[in-house]
Amino acid sequence: MNRNYLLNDAIISPLGFTTSENLTSIRNSETALKLHRNSRYFKEGYYAGLIDLDWINSKFSRIGNPGKYTKLEKLIILAIKQVIDPSQNFSTRSSGLVLSTTKGNIDLLNNNDFSADRIYLWKMAQVIADFFELKQKPVVVSNACISGALAIKTANDFIESGRFKNAVVAGGDLVSDFVLSGFQSFQAISSKPCRPFSNDREGVSLGEAAAAIFIDQEQSAVGESVHYIDAVTANDANHISGPSRTGEGLYQSISRLFNNSGVDPSKVDYISAHGTATNFNDEMESISFNRAELNYVPVNSFKGYYGHTLGASALLETILTKKCLLNNELLASHNFTESGVSVNLNIIREHKRKELRTALKTASGFGGCNLAMLLQKQSL
Amino acid sequence: MSEVLYIKNSVLIRDAKVYQNGRLYYEDTKSPDISIFLKNLYKSEKIRYSKYFKMDDLSKLGFIGTEILFGGNIENKETALVFGNAASCLETDRYYSETMEEFPSPSLFVYTLPNIMLGEISIRHQLRSENIFFISEKFDSSLFLEYSKSLFNQGKTDNVLCGWVDLQNNDYDVFLWEIARSGKTYLNEEELKNIYLPTHE
Repeated sequence: MNRNYLLNDAIISPLGFTTSENLTSIRNSETALKLHRNSRYFKEGYYAGLIDLDWINSKFSRIGNPGKYTKLEKLIILAIKQVIDPSQNFSTRSSGLVLSTTKGNIDLLNNNDFSADRIYLWKMAQVIADFFELKQKPVVVSNACISGALAIKTANDFIESGRFKNAVVAGGDLVSDFVLSGFQSFQAISSKPCRPFSNDREGVSLGEAAAAIFIDQEQSAVGESVHYIDAVTANDANHISGPSRTGEGLYQSISRLFNNSGVDPSKVDYISAHGTATNFNDEMESISFNRAELNYVPVNSFKGYYGHTLGASALLETILTKKCLLNNELLASHNFTESGVSVNLNIIREHKRKELRTALKTASGFGGCNLAMLLQKQSL
Repeated sequence: MSEVLYIKNSVLIRDAKVYQNGRLYYEDTKSPDISIFLKNLYKSEKIRYSKYFKMDDLSKLGFIGTEILFGGNIENKETALVFGNAASCLETDRYYSETMEEFPSPSLFVYTLPNIMLGEISIRHQLRSENIFFISEKFDSSLFLEYSKSLFNQGKTDNVLCGWVDLQNNDYDVFLWEIARSGKTYLNEEELKNIYLPTHE
């Protein structure tokens, strides 16, 4: 199997306009999660990571007309632009675009500012592809909260199959009234900024972000780079809106990943977990990691910094994982207090330096889906 | 190396008609409304599965099509699910958004992701297999074909259930087919289009 390289990347979030700005904010223990009072669904306000539209419009006006694109389209276009500009192997003719989103332009549902077909995810993808005049039809992956990582898997599979020479994987989601009211109807939203894996966790916080990464068979520069080894998904076959109590699906995805790739679990130096801070999710993950004999491996959740960014989350977290491998650093699991899961995990409590080579990224979502992906650093 | 794969079975559901392997299997000309059609089809299949009535229409379409394709039982628990459509779950998105004014409905919100259908099928048949849901403007046989082949080639499955399950404004278009290492019809884009197209306009 091809082991493609994860090359130029971009993260746009309340913590910064580039991946490097985002990393600086994380190293300074900043969080995107602020109290907002603009929603009728929360009398006391709610914590979320929201991106200021004026800020995005001012950035976008340098490359296009902000009035012609939705907020999410602008975010994703700006992220892709950062990624393809420095990528020599990127070609509008042969490069692919794989887009990850759960709800896309759902904020247009009762809004006539744009043509009615903009609500379709394929249309949003086409608008973005047309902005860059891409010849290949964009591929859209919409598979709940594993979408971002599943889009990376898809890009690798489609490079291997010859559909694309190389590909940009991009993703994003907004904190719309639609998802806010929905998560609130489940009573899943925390009254405080989310606290993954902690004993005082109360649920999720939502966040906005867009991210993009360029994936190629060739590594573009000398030095160290990170490549994709493999990814496996597995369904829980248990419940459509809650994870399996035994962590079966996530465990299956992890153990099959190790079997398929020939990588020994003892080689994993770091795990970037899903860690949404709901009671069931974090407990399920701890059980799965324990069953896979990974409970001693340093692990964090980035949700304390960003909140749950839905279709962007697993992509954004894969980019951060890649950076951690390259920089030999472990980043603290923000807002972690004391362990609140039945199996003790090796939660990263503060930023530290550590020699890293192999990382495991996991994600889980509604519909019972789970995904495990291995990344590895190599020197050339 | 790419191996030879086959289309084992197929099901099409359109305009209140169900076709199995190209032959008319069920017809309900009296039920133009999708929910009545889905209820009658369920009864006719003699399925006993109370969860069916909690599902949104999109999930019901995928669920009942799968029941018909596999005769009620997916024996191979490694069967991967490779699905897609054009409209995601926009129909249910609209129903949910109508509840947002008064009491946002959690039981509707949970169906506002297209891959929930894969969860429903996985629960019914106890599949802990690979899942993916694609969105494309029109049925794109190459997406299903290439992704399924990758799963086979990488040793991640030995059976795939593919599904195009689209629902827009009460109009539905369902095409399900099983890919295996044995069967009657060679798997290629041409064959898939041949099976998909005839009854479609």
